[in-house]
Amino acid sequence: MNRKKETLYGYLFLLPSLAGFTIFLLIPILFSVYLAFTDWDVISGFNNINFIGLENFTRMIGDEWFNASIKNNFVYTLVVVPVTLILSLLIAIILNNMVYMKNVLRLAYFIPYVSNTVAVSVLWMAMFDPSQGPVNQLLMALGVQSPPKWLVSPDWAMVTIILMSVWTRIGYCLIIYLAALQNLPQELYEAANIDGANWYRKLKSITIPLLTPTTFFLVITQTISTFQVFAPVNLLTRGGPGTSTTVLVYQLYREAFRFYHMGYASAIAMVLFAIIFAVTLVQWRYQDKWVNF
Amino acid sequence: MGQFLKRKNENKKIIVKIILTVIMTAGAILFITPLLWMVSASLKKAGEVFIYPIKWIPDELMFSNYKFVWLNEYYPFYIAYYNSIKVAFLTIIGALFVCTTAAYAFTMIEFKGRNAIFMMFLATIMIPSQVTLIPRFALFYKYNLYNNHLALILPGSFFVLGIFLLRQFYLSIPMELPESAKIDGASHFVILTRIIVPVTKPAMISIVILVFITMWNEYLNPLIFITKKQLYTIPLGLQALLDDETRFYNYIMAAASSAIVTVIIVFLSMQKYFIQGITRTGIKG
Repeated sequence: MNRKKETLYGYLFLLPSLAGFTIFLLIPILFSVYLAFTDWDVISGFNNINFIGLENFTRMIGDEWFNASIKNNFVYTLVVVPVTLILSLLIAIILNNMVYMKNVLRLAYFIPYVSNTVAVSVLWMAMFDPSQGPVNQLLMALGVQSPPKWLVSPDWAMVTIILMSVWTRIGYCLIIYLAALQNLPQELYEAANIDGANWYRKLKSITIPLLTPTTFFLVITQTISTFQVFAPVNLLTRGGPGTSTTVLVYQLYREAFRFYHMGYASAIAMVLFAIIFAVTLVQWRYQDKWVNF
Repeated sequence: MGQFLKRKNENKKIIVKIILTVIMTAGAILFITPLLWMVSASLKKAGEVFIYPIKWIPDELMFSNYKFVWLNEYYPFYIAYYNSIKVAFLTIIGALFVCTTAAYAFTMIEFKGRNAIFMMFLATIMIPSQVTLIPRFALFYKYNLYNNHLALILPGSFFVLGIFLLRQFYLSIPMELPESAKIDGASHFVILTRIIVPVTKPAMISIVILVFITMWNEYLNPLIFITKKQLYTIPLGLQALLDDETRFYNYIMAAASSAIVTVIIVFLSMQKYFIQGITRTGIKG
């Protein structure tokens, strides 16, 4: 009797979260998988969803925009993640116990991270304006004859977006690294001091190895979130010039909400999911092995 | 002699520390230069924004830019501000309700299926929200949640990471407290509100801040679900300014500064809880 009552209470307390889970997660996921195999265009209604097998996926192979988005997204991730991590690790180690005013400095490096992405994009647009923006004015004053055209140049648009992403992401990685540094066992450093190890040796043989779990965590989470980049692309370049900055989520958005290709866009969502799933699998598989000290 | 060497070493350490502080301060200033430029541009006349060399403090401080952006008759920014505050506030209330009840069920009540449901929640955490975007759009469209702030508030309230965060806290509470209350005949509702909630306030504040910043900066969801200008949140309001043909950057920068300053104030006043929140959940990135 009592157990039955407890079960009832259990589900009563879980009701809000279970409802949210079912309505906003479970049903949409199942529906999304189904849509990936259809030609739905949303406009013709729920009664006009036609199953077309793997057609959406075969169509991807010849889709220039889609292929560009895969390539660009990999380039973006492969540059943003290492650069962000190296810079934030460096800043974290120095801020941890080698400076005065640590908290004030930490705040400065952190602010871009909490800043509104759209506000930051708008700011980037003004600063990197090719003809009148302060960045190019400065470059010309420094003697650069023809500075990059940044967001309107196929060669530089991605670089501009990457710069902005690194700038906003450093704060987050810095906080995680600083938290990890504060939890490192001090005994090892004391022992190293007795042995007369210099700072470089301590960094190479103690700090960096002890931080591998944190680095691993950050590589995984940053990889996952860089594959979901959208706001700067949509606001700054709309995937252009040409296809030079289109990424997966932008492609999904463009197909779904500009052309109403809901089926095809859902298939792109599946590709995004597959990539993130693969990264997560790596995390599960190597979580323990990466910890080497 | 040893004493002398030690002192020499200390002196050297202090000098290194001062040099590094100077370098890192220079780096920090360079780091926030874009934001300083933004604030500076927001206080300039339209024609002065791009004048080079940069005049960091304009001759005449145009505070009227802010007044214009906030109160102009075409699209006053206060509407977007109000909408963002409303959405963030209601989502925080919703998330606190969903997270406390779920965390309580997962830790304080024993019943069949509990662990299975928990594993299910855990398994879906890696599913990117973009995967569910199209079905949510179809769903909201069909059930009249399109162009309705509930389309942002309800899914935002289902904050899975918050459930995990609170669950961790609840697990660390000594079980004697709720157990003895139970023996005294207290109901689950009373135990949650009178015993558990008061001792887990820090975790709840972390959730408040994480939800606030997520909702304040959220872009893709409002872009899809909200198309009426009257319902725009701050990111959409900013985008509308940028899409405008005239593009007065001094006004745009005033709006952008207004958007960023709120998060910075929230962050400054509750730094400790915010950092606790992101280090414990490893949220976003």
